[in-house]
Amino acid sequence: MGSPDYRSLGLKVGLEIHQQLSTGKLFCSCPCDLSEQVVRRFMRLLRPSQSEMGEIDRAALEEAQKNLRFIYESTPFDCLVEADEEPPHPVSGEAVRTTLMISKMLGAHPVDEIQFMRKIVIDGSNTGGFQRTGLIATDGSLAADGKKISISTICLEEDAARRIKEEGREVVFRIDRLGIPLIEIATGPEIETPEEAKRIAERLGSLLRATRRVRRGIGSIREDLNVSISGGARVEIKGVQELYLLPLYIDNEVRRQSALIEVSRELSKRGISELKPKKIDLSKELAKTKSKVLMKSLGDGGRILGIRLPGFAGLLGPDSDGTRRLGPELAAHARVSGVGGIFHSDELPAYGITEVEVDRVRKELGAGKMDCIVLVAGSNENTEAAIERVIARARQAIKGVPEETRDPMPDGITTYSRPLPGRERMYPETDIPPFTVTQDLMEEIGNQLPEYPEETARRFIEERGLSGEQADALVKSGFDRDFDELVEAEIPPKTAARTLINTIAELEKDGLDTSRLNSEMIKAVLRRQTSGDFAMEAVPMLLGRMIEQGETLEQALNSLDISSVSDSEIERVVESIVREKRDLILERRERSIAPLMGLIMSELRGKADGKKINSILTAKIKSVFE
Amino acid sequence: MNNVSAIVERMSKGKRMQEMLEAKGISPGDLVEVTSSGGRIFRGVVMPHHEFSGESVVTIKLDSGYNVGIDLSDTGSLKLVSKAEPRRAHKREIPRDKTKKTVSVISTGGTIASYVDYRTGAVHPAISAEEMVFSVPELLDICNIRAEVLCSVLSENMKKENWTQLAERVCEHLNSGSVGCIIPHGTDTLGFTAAALSFSLSNITAPVVLVGSQRSSDRPSSDATSNLLSAARLCTGADLGEIVVLMHATTDDDALSIHRATRARKNHSSRRDAFQSVNEPPLGHIDAGGITLREEHIVRAKGKVEVDARFEEEVALLNFYPGLSAERFRRSVEGAKGVVIAGTGLGHVSQGIIAEISSLTRSGTAVCVTTQCIWGSANLNVYSTGRDMQSAGAIPLDDMLSETAYVKLSWVLARTRDPDEVRKMMRNNMRGEMTERRIL
Repeated sequence: MGSPDYRSLGLKVGLEIHQQLSTGKLFCSCPCDLSEQVVRRFMRLLRPSQSEMGEIDRAALEEAQKNLRFIYESTPFDCLVEADEEPPHPVSGEAVRTTLMISKMLGAHPVDEIQFMRKIVIDGSNTGGFQRTGLIATDGSLAADGKKISISTICLEEDAARRIKEEGREVVFRIDRLGIPLIEIATGPEIETPEEAKRIAERLGSLLRATRRVRRGIGSIREDLNVSISGGARVEIKGVQELYLLPLYIDNEVRRQSALIEVSRELSKRGISELKPKKIDLSKELAKTKSKVLMKSLGDGGRILGIRLPGFAGLLGPDSDGTRRLGPELAAHARVSGVGGIFHSDELPAYGITEVEVDRVRKELGAGKMDCIVLVAGSNENTEAAIERVIARARQAIKGVPEETRDPMPDGITTYSRPLPGRERMYPETDIPPFTVTQDLMEEIGNQLPEYPEETARRFIEERGLSGEQADALVKSGFDRDFDELVEAEIPPKTAARTLINTIAELEKDGLDTSRLNSEMIKAVLRRQTSGDFAMEAVPMLLGRMIEQGETLEQALNSLDISSVSDSEIERVVESIVREKRDLILERRERSIAPLMGLIMSELRGKADGKKINSILTAKIKSVFE
Repeated sequence: MNNVSAIVERMSKGKRMQEMLEAKGISPGDLVEVTSSGGRIFRGVVMPHHEFSGESVVTIKLDSGYNVGIDLSDTGSLKLVSKAEPRRAHKREIPRDKTKKTVSVISTGGTIASYVDYRTGAVHPAISAEEMVFSVPELLDICNIRAEVLCSVLSENMKKENWTQLAERVCEHLNSGSVGCIIPHGTDTLGFTAAALSFSLSNITAPVVLVGSQRSSDRPSSDATSNLLSAARLCTGADLGEIVVLMHATTDDDALSIHRATRARKNHSSRRDAFQSVNEPPLGHIDAGGITLREEHIVRAKGKVEVDARFEEEVALLNFYPGLSAERFRRSVEGAKGVVIAGTGLGHVSQGIIAEISSLTRSGTAVCVTTQCIWGSANLNVYSTGRDMQSAGAIPLDDMLSETAYVKLSWVLARTRDPDEVRKMMRNNMRGEMTERRIL
């Protein structure tokens, strides 16, 4: 399947980029660090607070209906403020300055007085039941690819707690991340293609990193995408962490909305304008089923509830392109009510439900050829709520695409998470005094603007002799400052660049949290490497050990048994292997270098330079067959 | 960087914007269009002025929900777009369920029952009984509520006359059919009020439960909800005839402690579990498993509750500290009919103050001594200082809380001025305020 023609579909994308700062937390004096060390746990409940008109936000209400208990894990990197046991301290001046700096870089106008708000969020991710956020600047712009994208708002807010796991009605969060300053930059909905969105996100990311006050590593920058097409609706995809997946999420959302618009057209063609399905208990009809899921629900004293969706036949399963349609949407809504999902006739017979059973159920529900049937299984209470939600979602399908918030999945698709929050959910954070943005302050910041990413790249090429590709990579990955520091410490530029670009990427690929890596660690390792204490090959192993086990360089050297070996020692090892594998060498001649190199490296890895070993080995092999 | 000094400088002038708005007939809630001094135009709803906002700054709520401060000095201007729609009166009646017991709620103010006005962002305390009940409507699942708003004061502004009124209202409510009485109260002086009710009321027929909240009830995380609901459970489900304080036992939302009124003290400025029973374990606990009470608890009395809630106004409570001069001490107790001194360690004061105690007691002023250590007992027998204090006429109050001692002395002195009688009453354990056994 080819790419859709995004422009003719009227694709509009707005980005909201969230970047963590490394300035210290926003409203207390805790460091901006994450921890695996849980010091204690505590349990809290949250309920929507009532306004005097009895209005409760619809997103808040949906959360409240889940009746959840929140378990919070406290670490050495949080205090009473994050635990909601002490009022917030005045806002971090450093975080505000950084936000004002990026505002200036984007040509946005700061407000005269910053006032922090409480944005009601009761999914447990904030211990207080609200996120503190302030509007810092408005109306900026960003030039990219000869096009101007408007920056509508720049906010400074606190990051939420980390969701660790969910078990039944209990959700576990860790509060180390709570309160880390987060700059939120929102663009106007002027982005027209998925690739353009990625470029804008990259550009914003490198501008943010140029301030040198941002956190790095997994999850330190997150994107929300507002996506709509003509005839569709505004859908917010929240919390995309992998930049490279961004175009895929947008592309899939375009396909999803197009498919749902098509579904709505088809329903209208079939004359379906309203939906009042009767819920029927099908436990008896399916009492003897061999389907494991159904058997389990019935065994637990639950039931199977079914409805007929008239005229919906063929609209729940994927379309001819394989684009998912109503099925996954209905299932996601059902899951909110605590059932595992749904069964629908577009995919049946399957899951151990036989054709005979399907026919029996269709008959019981009075379903004709053009009708679809939907079944849910679970406790009496959950199935009732789930089927009601399925009906409500099916009704929306008649109209088209509903506005909603969706969660990004690792495979590039998204699933329904909750309705778009309403507007009535902010009120002032009275515990924090307003922050006056004076003319003097803005002038001071204006005089301290950082080097722009393209200037940095040019300097690396001209002064440090890097290739254009290397310079770009350093700036894009945000390691430009580390590079400067390493070179100042007399590490050869090429070595420094190679470590920052390749080694760190390799460590990340191995699943290590490289946000724990600091330039001091890298500097220490590269200094010893440069003075010949060990080979370049040892660098990733040492750094990996240092971040994974928290070891010092000396400890890592010890535990990996890395020390430099003399040339004569290398000769000795090579000699013995060559002697051992003489037959292989005679048989394969030059082609024996690769397998023998492997054997030698497993003995000498990190202790000697690979290039040196290679040249000694080549000479020895030649001497064997010549 | 902080701009505290800038704030302080402008605080005093903060009212100017208010006056300017009033002159234009604009009030909070109205939709306006604002042109900032920088020439940028904003449209939004006028918000109440923050105490720390600049004098020429108007705060408006934008369509996005954010509040921003806009400086109107020099060239800024502001024009009214439309007036706020008048607030619709929202009359709701408290339903009654004949199968449920009736619990009284007598509110004294504070933010335990408060509402957010999302339009202006203001948080205001419940001003009517109905508002108070509907701030935690789940209460009605447990019992019928007979609600009364006695006063609406921050607890630091409570006076002894408020204690008197409250004691009389509690007596009235319990004597007319309520199975318990819940008193929402600001936490700062909640312990004092609890002790005052404890000495004023006798033959108590039902639980009288003081509850506070450390996070105001406009927040989703407020502890008010679980504290109030647990109080209702205690009133309907326990055989208890005492004044108690009910608050979080830990930082968790599902464990609450019941403290005897005379023993409860706020020991943390902000945590949910700020209240502790001092020198004895809590009287009981409430959790998902139900209510557990220590054996020592007093059961519901038969007959009618009696009240005597007179308090002597002229009583002083003060901490001794190194360097406190006789002169300064004398000035601060001038005119007092009774003085509670929280001494250091076992209850000590300096030699110079002992002489002052002596002259006070000779002129008929009662002087009582507690320990400022909070935990442990005063004991004036161990060191010569203590023995000299006793010779000077000081009355040691053992392990009684200083705050409770202050309330008790006020109550005792409203009944008798006879030194021997005062000493006898102060040293007599009336409401569990003193114990002889303190266990490890």
